[in-house]
Formats: sequence, structure tokens, C-alpha cells
Amino acid sequence: MATTPQVKVGAHATPGAGVRHGRFSFLPYLFVLPHLIFFAAFLGYPFFYGVYISLFNFDFLRPEQRPFVGAENYINLFRQGSIQFTDFWRAMINTAEFVLYSVPPLVILALLLAVLLNGNYPGRNLFRGLFFAPYALSVTVAALLWWWIFQPQGGMINHLISSIGLGGRQWLSEMPWAWVAITVATIWWTIGFNTVIFLAALQEISASLYEAASIDGANPIQQFFYITIPMLRPVMIFVLTITLLASANLFGQPYIMTKGGPAQQTESVMMRIYQEGILENRMGNAAAMSVLVAIILLILTTLNFKVFGSGDNEQ
Amino acid sequence: MATVSKSTERAAGSSVNAELARRVVFYVLLTLFSLFFLLPLVWMIVTAIKPFAEWVQPNWIPKDATFQNFSDIFQDPSLPVRRWFVNSLVIAAAFTIATLIIDAMAAYAYARMEFRGRNLLFGLLLATLVMPGIMFLVPNFILIAQLNWIGTYQGVIAPGLAGVFGVFFLRQFFQGIPRELEEAALIDGAGVWTTFVRVVLPLASGALATLGVITFMTSWNDFLWPLLILGNERDMLTLPVGLATLPRTVQFRLRQADGGGHRHDHTGADPVPVPAAVHRAKRGDDRAQGVAKQRQRSMAEK
Repeated sequence: MATTPQVKVGAHATPGAGVRHGRFSFLPYLFVLPHLIFFAAFLGYPFFYGVYISLFNFDFLRPEQRPFVGAENYINLFRQGSIQFTDFWRAMINTAEFVLYSVPPLVILALLLAVLLNGNYPGRNLFRGLFFAPYALSVTVAALLWWWIFQPQGGMINHLISSIGLGGRQWLSEMPWAWVAITVATIWWTIGFNTVIFLAALQEISASLYEAASIDGANPIQQFFYITIPMLRPVMIFVLTITLLASANLFGQPYIMTKGGPAQQTESVMMRIYQEGILENRMGNAAAMSVLVAIILLILTTLNFKVFGSGDNEQ
Repeated sequence: MATVSKSTERAAGSSVNAELARRVVFYVLLTLFSLFFLLPLVWMIVTAIKPFAEWVQPNWIPKDATFQNFSDIFQDPSLPVRRWFVNSLVIAAAFTIATLIIDAMAAYAYARMEFRGRNLLFGLLLATLVMPGIMFLVPNFILIAQLNWIGTYQGVIAPGLAGVFGVFFLRQFFQGIPRELEEAALIDGAGVWTTFVRVVLPLASGALATLGVITFMTSWNDFLWPLLILGNERDMLTLPVGLATLPRTVQFRLRQADGGGHRHDHTGADPVPVPAAVHRAKRGDDRAQGVAKQRQRSMAEK
């Protein structure tokens, strides 16, 4: 691979010949440019612009009145009694709650599903398809579907519950049942993705490991905990991280199923930022919230890798 | 003893009973999960072919199956579903085509060409992978508003084109193509661009198709960004954003029917008072519309 013959044909350089021949070539830049323009405009620039906005009392509608306020937007988020304080931290706690409810089942059940699907039995691919299918739906379809199922009147859940002789609930307007509804909908919608990743990793594990273990007398449960789990560790960290991030970005499910209710108790951080920045036009505050949340997410992600990733180098 | 085929099972020395128990647990779990995934979809389909009077009833088999609901959504003037479908299609198709072209070009340069700043640029692309997307929401919204792209297709499409996934994905694939093929084309007198279009892209058609499908689906299903950009213009909504308004329509119809004195369900659950969420949603929307109007005004003044 490394020794590629140098070819020089007419005026055209080989790809990558620009530097090697000491001639400056615009060509590579022309190839990169279209993507780079969008990258600079919508990922590079906003990265700094977001921080910049967060230092102003940024009202989009009143460009003439946009005073620099320094760290005030951030201080407000920590100062009890500011307009943002209660709403922001309620949303933060709500989101943290949802992360706690949704991440463990999304990881553990996904692993269980992957183990179930990893066997060799007829119809295996049918089940794989079924479990992955909801992931192909938009959040709207998934959330609407469960919104309908959890309806207090005429919802499937209350029908099922009453058919076994229990009373129904106001699932979407009672706590903690609104969280139950949102969590179930989320699991149904996204667990297929984690399952597929686990399944791919399971199939990578060499069968000889299991054979060796069973010769040594390990039963299937021991094999699971002493072979499968350790072998899956890198994938586990990956799945845990993306699930954590996805749950922290909760938006569509409560937006559609509960509108953040009852009494803003399922309003997530994303909904709060949307409300604050887009609907109420306090973009400076919303930007400060975004930066703070982003920093917290970065710390959590790093911790995740540090805690679960230690000893990962052996591989 | 029953024939045990797998050596693992034989060596585990499990009795026939333990093996049987395992199988039972396995099939019970599989069945439960299958029901969990399947029933909601079935219920959706069943409800879709139920007439309005049966919507809230518990029967799994429609007594009076009909396709009325399907023709209804296409006729309801408050749900311009056809228009939403076109919007979704245009946005997803344009986004996919643009992504494939832009990302393939960039990926080829990063995979095969040497140029000053390559590693720096590629490092920057890599760095954005760890950035939480939440950081870019507000500034990008302001940027799109300053470009006067609120409520337009390009406002939805453009920011996504900055994404780096496609570049990584295709770069990986291009690196796996044997260099000799490109060199042969160059010896035959093809230019770099011709080689890229005539040799490299056809070889990568599988990867391009995969990326195309993923990109199209992501764009088609996207919710938050189209809501931000198109949320105030009903005729510009994509299908997911438009359909998210359905709960209000449905609840409105159900309440109307309930007001007529007919309660169709037999659950024994208390009748719902008008959900507070609906009121709140309405208020929020009105406010959003007010903001949008102000925004347009301030834009016009500029």
C-alpha cells in the first residue's frame, strides 16, 4: 500500500501529487471546499457565535437594544430568584430523571434482546426486523402512536387494564405516569438501534471462547458474565454514551405526548431552551443554557469513558 | 437423553430439565418482547381502519372496517397532508443529493490527496463529533433568521450539510479502493475529476447508496430543526412536524362527539376534562405566531 508508483501524466498530477512535487495545487482544496463552506458556516462559526450570544442580552427582535451583559446570563442560571432559575433547573432535573429512567432499560433490555436474537432458530430474522422496525419511524409517529395508546379514554392500555379488572389512569396528565408513558414510548422507538449494535458485537465473539469455558464446566449464566460481558465492554461504553446523549436531548416525545405537562413536570431541557430562545426570544439566556448543558454533557461523556473505559487498552 | 447437538450444552452437563427450562424462558421472553413491539403497530393499523364511532372502543377487529380515515386526512383543510408530503420529499431529496455530492468530494480529498492543512482540517471535523448538538441550536437559528431563511426549504437543508458523518463514512470506503485503479485511469489520460467521477464513484456506488438511504431517512424523520425553521408556516411544514399537530385535531373531534352526549368507551375511566395541555399548547402556538409576525416585521424594517 505504502509504495505507490509515482505516475506523471501530461499536465495532470496524480491525486496528492501537489505537495510531493513541490508545486502548490488548488485541486484538493476545490474538492474540500463545498463541504468546508457549510462546515465553517453551520458548525465552526456557530460554535463561537453561541458563546458570544450568551454574553449579551440578545433579543432577536430588537437589534438596537442588545447590551453586553458579560456573565450575567450564566449567573442568572445559578441565582435563585432570577426569572430563569426555577424553570431551568426544573427542566434540568426533569431531564436527569428521564435519563435515569430510560438509559438502564435501553442498555440492559437491548443486551437481553440481542442475546435472544443471537440464537439459531427459525424466524430469527423476522424477530430482528420486528425489534428494529420502530427505529425507522419518525419521533412524531412513535410519540403519536403511544399518545393514542395512553389516552385515558379509548386508549389501548386502559382497555387492557380494565379487561383484567383494574381501573385506568390519566397516563399523560398524572405524575409519575407521564414519565412512564414517555419512557415506554422511547424504549419502543429506539431500543432496536442499541440491540443491533449489541447483536453485531455478540457475533464478533469467537465461539471457541464459549467452548473452552464449557469444557471447563462453566454454565451458560457464568459464560454470559465471564465471557460475553467483558468482551462487550468497548461496545457497552459506546452504547451507554450515545444513549445517554440521546436521552439528554429528549424533546419530541414530551413535546407531542404531554406538551411538557402536567404542570411542566415533563418539560425537558431542550423544550426549555426552545421555549426560552425561540418562542420567547430571549436568545442570550437560551444560549447560556445551551453552553452550560453542553459542558455538563461533555463532562458526563468523559466520565463515562474514564469510569467504564479503564483497562480498555488490553484490547 | 435427548440429542444435544451443541458441544457447549453437552459439556455444561445440564439435565434435560434445565435445558427445557431454558427453552421455555427463551420463548416466553421472545413472545413478550414480540407482543410489546407488535401490538402498538397493530393497534395503529386497527384504529386507522375503524370508523370514527369505534375509535375509542376496545375491539381489536373493526366491526365496520372503512378507509374513510384515509380519505378524511387528505380532505381536511386544516391538515394539508399532501403539501406536507411534498415538502418532506423535496427537503429530504435535496438534502440527500447535496450531501452525497459534497461529502463524496470532500471524502475523496481527505482519503487520497495530500495538501497543506489536511490534518488540521480533518482534526477539526473529528472534534465536532464530540460537541453536543445542543450548542448549535440557538446560534444556527439566528444565522438562518439573519439569512432570511426562516420558513424556507434551504433554511432546513443548509445546516445539515455541515455534518461530518458522511465524510468519515465515504473516506473510509475510498481508502479501501485499490489505488491501482485510479492510477490506471490517470495513465490513460483521465484527469483527476474524470477519474473521480468515472472510476471512484462507480466503485463506491454501494457505499453511496447506503449513505443515501441513511441520509434520506434521517432528514425525512427529523423533527426539532424543521419545527424551529418551519413551525410558523403551516403550508411549509414537513410531515413529522405537521402530524405533530394531530393530537389537537383528534381531541377536538372526540370532545365534540362527547359533548353530543355519546360516550363510546366502556372503560369506566373518568371522562377527561379538557386537558390543560391542549390549552397550553394553543397558547404557546398563538404566542409563537405573534413572535413570527413581529419577526417578519423587524426583518422588513431592516
